[in-house]
Amino acid sequence: MKQLNVKELNVLAARIRLETLRVIHSRGFGHVGGSVDLAEMLAVLYGAAMRFDPKDPRWPDRDWLVMSKGHAGPAAYAVFGLMGYYPMEEAYTLNHPHTRFPSHTDRLLTPGVDLTTGSLGQGASTAAGAALGNRLDGRDSRVYLVVGDGEADEGQVWEAFHFACAHKLDNLVVFLDMNGYQLDGSTAEILDHGNLPGKIAAFGLYTQQVDGHDVAAIYHALEAAHAHTGGPSCIVLNTCKGKGATFAETNHAHSSSPTEEQWQQALAAAEQALDAAMKA
Amino acid sequence: MSFELIGKHEKDARASRDAIVTTLDELMAADPSVCYVDCDLMGCLNTKGLWKKYPDRALQAGIAEANAAGVCAGLAATGKKVFFHSFGTFSSRRCYDQIYMSAAYAGLSVRVLGSDAGVTAAFNGGTHMPLEDAGMYLSIPGATVIDACDYDQLYSITHGLADTEGVSYTRFVRKDVIQVYAPGAQFTIGKGAVLHASDKDVCTVICSGIMVDEALKAWEQLAAEGVSVRVIDMFTWKPLDQELVIAAAAETGCIVTAENHNVTCGLGAAVARCLAGSRPTPQEFVGVQDRFGQVGPQDFLMDEYGLRAADITAAVRRAVARKS
Repeated sequence: MKQLNVKELNVLAARIRLETLRVIHSRGFGHVGGSVDLAEMLAVLYGAAMRFDPKDPRWPDRDWLVMSKGHAGPAAYAVFGLMGYYPMEEAYTLNHPHTRFPSHTDRLLTPGVDLTTGSLGQGASTAAGAALGNRLDGRDSRVYLVVGDGEADEGQVWEAFHFACAHKLDNLVVFLDMNGYQLDGSTAEILDHGNLPGKIAAFGLYTQQVDGHDVAAIYHALEAAHAHTGGPSCIVLNTCKGKGATFAETNHAHSSSPTEEQWQQALAAAEQALDAAMKA
Repeated sequence: MSFELIGKHEKDARASRDAIVTTLDELMAADPSVCYVDCDLMGCLNTKGLWKKYPDRALQAGIAEANAAGVCAGLAATGKKVFFHSFGTFSSRRCYDQIYMSAAYAGLSVRVLGSDAGVTAAFNGGTHMPLEDAGMYLSIPGATVIDACDYDQLYSITHGLADTEGVSYTRFVRKDVIQVYAPGAQFTIGKGAVLHASDKDVCTVICSGIMVDEALKAWEQLAAEGVSVRVIDMFTWKPLDQELVIAAAAETGCIVTAENHNVTCGLGAAVARCLAGSRPTPQEFVGVQDRFGQVGPQDFLMDEYGLRAADITAAVRRAVARKS
């Protein structure tokens, strides 16, 4: 890991959030809430933790990102663009005909996407397979898997956790985006998980819980996860679905179709937040 | 492709599953990128020896097929040549979305092996009897779908699968199969094997798997009556050997398909679609007529579902009568 620089990571997070909004604004509607809430986590991964080469997206020694909550594609497209995988503006074609930037992440279309996701739960298993494959090759590459709390309704997530623990995949780090909401409402009212972090820990993952909008807390949790051996780790991110998107932050909507006026308000607020982070 | 017909209708002393075991062993010894994932059915495929010999690459995923399919796709993304086995029911229905999206849609190659094809699930009964497995895989764009008939065919095909890109599905019978081909037979995936042909043929029987031997018996019965038919082992259902199908239709004028599968979505449907688009031809469908499986000895089930040589000869007569 690079040395912790809180200001730098906060600036990157603000950029990711702003670009995520710009990417979705290019289509006018989309999965805003569950995309913008990942800005800090992605900033820590790409700003301090991960090994990658934008000029060689399939570099064999890279670390992997598997966005199992595939609808957060726009956040991934924002960070990939900022890292130089492609000109950022190219991602302002989200969901346009023949775009390289579909709603859900697709390894055949977008440089930087390691595995195709969209049908929830499936990225957990493919990430486990990729972690196993890297270990078979003797690489020290890590696989970072992002799972939503709503997604944890899928039994496949738990099959994958079971598998990853049984096969001692300590090169797999799971981020559980616990924003408390899914499409039809709060996770508590849809299908209450009970103690979700506790259940993950009970499956055998080394589990920590942090403020998902605190880059320093995420950074330190990652350090601990990397130090853990013998099995996979999980960092539960307490997040606000819609964080920093003025029209989504209060209703925590899964998908948003704001008016142009609301878009301009949200984009201006995200630009101000970036200014503030740079001046901090 | 080169093969010699045995034609004795006798069971092979060798278990056909061992053609897969031997092939996997050869492939894994030669290529460190070959992996094999099973779902607690290594005992049924007789691969526990591979598990011991290649503990890091012959992998147990437990009784969790959906995850196992995803793990296979993830392994493929790291450059592994992956084989995945479970019973045909579970390696199709139980993990279809995972094979579809995580592997096929994502452009990753996974070689799926589905054992106990159709009625050969016999004593495991209707819950374990895959009669739509191949049909599901036929619906995946670009997939390769195979219904193998005996040890030597399975041996040749499994070697061919190693170099087949994309998702493939091979259904097979584990043991007690009739030996159709002599040892050393070689097959090309995507090409049908013509077993009997003459310029007097009045009909073509297109079959695969356990129906090949029934078709050969039907050929003998019809020949004894002076009726000449063509017999094609169409072990690759997709990509279908369309050229061979169309030529057979043109030269013999009618078709009978015979499959150990539901006729709604299998070999017969694939052949009919091919012909309807280029050369409409009378066709009769021998196979399971849109029914669920059930428990019982394989002989009983083959009678019950009309999968016998007599069903094929009757279908040939109907097809010939429909020729205009």
